[in-house]
Amino acid sequence: MQFETSSLIPVLPELYLLALACTVLLVDLFLKQEQRIISYGIAQIGLLLAVGVTLATGGNEPQVVFDGSVIRDRMGDVLKISIYLISAGAFLYAKDYLRDRGLFKGEFYVLGLFAVLGMTIMISANSFLSVYLGLELLALSLYALVAFDRNSRIGSEAAMKYFVLGALASGMLLYGISMIYGATGSIEFQAVAQALSEKGANDMVLVFGLVFLVVGIGFKFGAVPFHMWVPDVYQGAPTAVTLFIGSTPKIAAFALAMRLLVDGMGGLHGDWQGMLVILAVLSMVVGNIFAIAQYNIKRMLAYSTISHVGFLLLGILAGTSEGYSAAMFYAIVYAITAIGAFGIVIMLSRNGFEAEDLHDYKGLHERSPWFAAMMLLLMFSMAGVPPTVGFFAKLVVLQAVISIDMVWLALVAVFFSIIGAFYYLRIIKLMYFDKPQDETALTAGIDARILMSVNGLSMLLLGMFPAGLLSLCAAAIGG
Amino acid sequence: MFADLPILSLTIWLPIIGGILVLASGNHAANASRWTALVIALLTFIVSLPLWSSFDSSTAQMQFVERGSWISQLNIEYYLGVDGISMPLIILTTFISVFVIIAGWEVIQYKPASYMASFLIMEGVMVGVFSALDAMLFYVFWEAMLIPMFLIIGIWGGPNRVYATIKFFLYTFFGSVFMLIALIYMYFQSGSFDILAFHDLKLSLNEQILIFVAFLMAFAVKVPMWPVHTWLPDAHVEAPTGGSVILAAIMLKIGGYGFLRFSLPITPDASQHLDWLVITLSLIAVVYIGFVALVQQDMKKLIAYSSIAHMGFVTLGFFIVFMIAANPEATGGALLGVEGGMVQMISHGFISAAMFLCVGVLYDRMHSRQIADYGGVVHSMPIFAGLMVFFAMANAGLPGTSGFVGEFMVILASFRADFWFAFLAATTLIIGAAYTLWMVKRVVFGPVANDKVAALEDISNREFFILGSMAIAVLLLGLWPAPLIEVMDASIVDLLKHIAVSKL
Repeated sequence: MQFETSSLIPVLPELYLLALACTVLLVDLFLKQEQRIISYGIAQIGLLLAVGVTLATGGNEPQVVFDGSVIRDRMGDVLKISIYLISAGAFLYAKDYLRDRGLFKGEFYVLGLFAVLGMTIMISANSFLSVYLGLELLALSLYALVAFDRNSRIGSEAAMKYFVLGALASGMLLYGISMIYGATGSIEFQAVAQALSEKGANDMVLVFGLVFLVVGIGFKFGAVPFHMWVPDVYQGAPTAVTLFIGSTPKIAAFALAMRLLVDGMGGLHGDWQGMLVILAVLSMVVGNIFAIAQYNIKRMLAYSTISHVGFLLLGILAGTSEGYSAAMFYAIVYAITAIGAFGIVIMLSRNGFEAEDLHDYKGLHERSPWFAAMMLLLMFSMAGVPPTVGFFAKLVVLQAVISIDMVWLALVAVFFSIIGAFYYLRIIKLMYFDKPQDETALTAGIDARILMSVNGLSMLLLGMFPAGLLSLCAAAIGG
Repeated sequence: MFADLPILSLTIWLPIIGGILVLASGNHAANASRWTALVIALLTFIVSLPLWSSFDSSTAQMQFVERGSWISQLNIEYYLGVDGISMPLIILTTFISVFVIIAGWEVIQYKPASYMASFLIMEGVMVGVFSALDAMLFYVFWEAMLIPMFLIIGIWGGPNRVYATIKFFLYTFFGSVFMLIALIYMYFQSGSFDILAFHDLKLSLNEQILIFVAFLMAFAVKVPMWPVHTWLPDAHVEAPTGGSVILAAIMLKIGGYGFLRFSLPITPDASQHLDWLVITLSLIAVVYIGFVALVQQDMKKLIAYSSIAHMGFVTLGFFIVFMIAANPEATGGALLGVEGGMVQMISHGFISAAMFLCVGVLYDRMHSRQIADYGGVVHSMPIFAGLMVFFAMANAGLPGTSGFVGEFMVILASFRADFWFAFLAATTLIIGAAYTLWMVKRVVFGPVANDKVAALEDISNREFFILGSMAIAVLLLGLWPAPLIEVMDASIVDLLKHIAVSKL
């Protein structure tokens, strides 16, 4: 392999993130606890600069470097930039929460940045090996983050569960990869796709391998029946971590599915379409119905995530470029909505009190009309009620499904979204129609308040003017 | 002179933006926000008047058209326009909204600014529903309407408001998502979301039937038709007076409007195929729901059921046309049916609003809606009693009031289809009179029931102004309905021509 310095330019965002994470790690060593804000500042400014780095080094044409291991394309750039921005938002919401609980440590940002790095590697992966590397880097950082509060038993339990199940899923994924490697003789996506088109789609080993790939993807998404970790991890992890896990990794999981299934196994579309239909329908059924029974808002949002994953999968399984850009739009919109919803959970919590019970939301309308209104927008967006952006996310996905003549699937999807509307309405009911039990004023800092306002209003603004983000997604997929 | 102004956009966005401003001003300066809300509502009404005065009633073309790209990737346009069917409904909306604001003036003490703002936003969104000519724009307005109503019932409603408002939301949401699927499906058939393009879209009978059923689910819930009407009595009973007025006077009309704008012209063959279904449901609403209304103990519930029965006339008038068309001797009967339905919608808008306002007047004083708690109100509130009796007569379809015109036209049209339909529909003249007048008799007349009734004060100037205006509207429309019919004539003739041509 001939090394050329110019091949480093497409991977500059990853290199930059690595350097950033290491800088935070090193600088943090020399900081006293009251100076910890510096680590936070470096991480935040670094993430914002990462946007610039990605924009500056990106080109319009896809570039494949490092012997086909890494790809740099527009879809990757759009996904990476949204991950940087949403992660920065997550860090901002998390700051006060961590400080109040004595968790304000540099490691949080180091692990978070490594997770972001893992996601970007997954996004730029062009071979099974680099996908797996990125996936593991992300997963290991998240396991550690879930157990970030050492004294929390429930947190350690959740991390353990996540680790065991995650390791199992990684094993499955590797097993599938090995079979595909055996059948095609390559781990690079283009070569695999090439081999598929030559061998035809009837190779038993390939389909067998594909099943394991789908299992791995299903686990990362938290799609039913591979969802069992989601509620426990969401509930067990400190809310600041849940916020992070619940948002950007969904965008990364979308990229994972796109790289593996579309770039690599595109020739087997007929096979994985059927598998994804099952995952999608089960996710919508289980997610929406189980969410009704939850009294812990983090658990409820976990099941709600599962149902949204079902919707997102609908876009991917359509197998058209409209479908992919619809799923991408859905993933980004969902991530923005999710950090907002968890952001409210964080804002209502304070030292020694976690606003995890649904009853804690009673009468929020009286305690803080503005943030109740923001939560209202976020909940209506999750329920998919216009004029919020959640409606358009569902609309484009439904369009993709109907365009391939699977109207029945669209009917199933909307039917379960009616059921889903109930538990979002219940939050609004608690906030607006009930009297407050707890009159304490909100203690959130001004930065979190501003971000929450932007976050909530973005639901409305993106809903009134979704054209920009939609065209960005369409251009990224290159349809 | 008004042709250059975007009147429809103004009518939609003035109250919405005004509502947001009132909301933002907070609940501290209650009086200021009340006056601001009133000024905005009045301005909106004035802005909407050119729709009537500059309306060209000789054509069925869409007028006051505004068209621009909204979401180009999805081919969704910001496309507004009105014809003779939607224009009267828009005027009704802006008219009623003014009175809803006044009706909540002193009554609403809890968060008055938010209350006024909700109704203003609601007004703009409803005008949007009536004027949207892009299916997705229509759907966005249609669903967005749920949010303020959900909050109005939930925040300012009665003791069982949570149950009522969630039921209301889920019922309507349930109906409309299937419509969404139908709209997307037609988008792929026609290549755009233009409703007028849907009208000319060729569809097989099977497709038409499925689309028709999807639309029926959406509109039947909204109208509401038996058996999906059960959300309405709950919502009405729990809603504050203003909420009941908007629900009965305008939101129900959106269902009827949907039949005329979507079901009939897009799926004419399926409508003909399944007209027996809608006619049966309508007659059940007229007769059975009429009897249900008779036994109600709660005044609001009684009026709610009477609304369902009256809306049965609307759907009956709309769907009787196919049977009339099949009868070679009946010329012009179809036009009578649809126009009767339309007149009934407008008239019911005024009468039901007035009835709910009357109950509101009593409730504000006695905090009870039970008929049994009243009796002999006429002794302490003579002016009010006169007005209430007048509205009750109109509700029962007394000739000379607007309630008579629509019902009479629909019954006449039904005669040309089938005698028994007309017979069943005409029973409402008896049942309707029975439940309304019996309620009035128990509430208004008789000996004074208790001390509380004896101590009642007659209506204030504000209340007199509201009810008096409504009475004038009811009377005017009853004595001289010609202008209204004239305005909608060309559009309805065109609609009937359109649905007479099979799409197969």
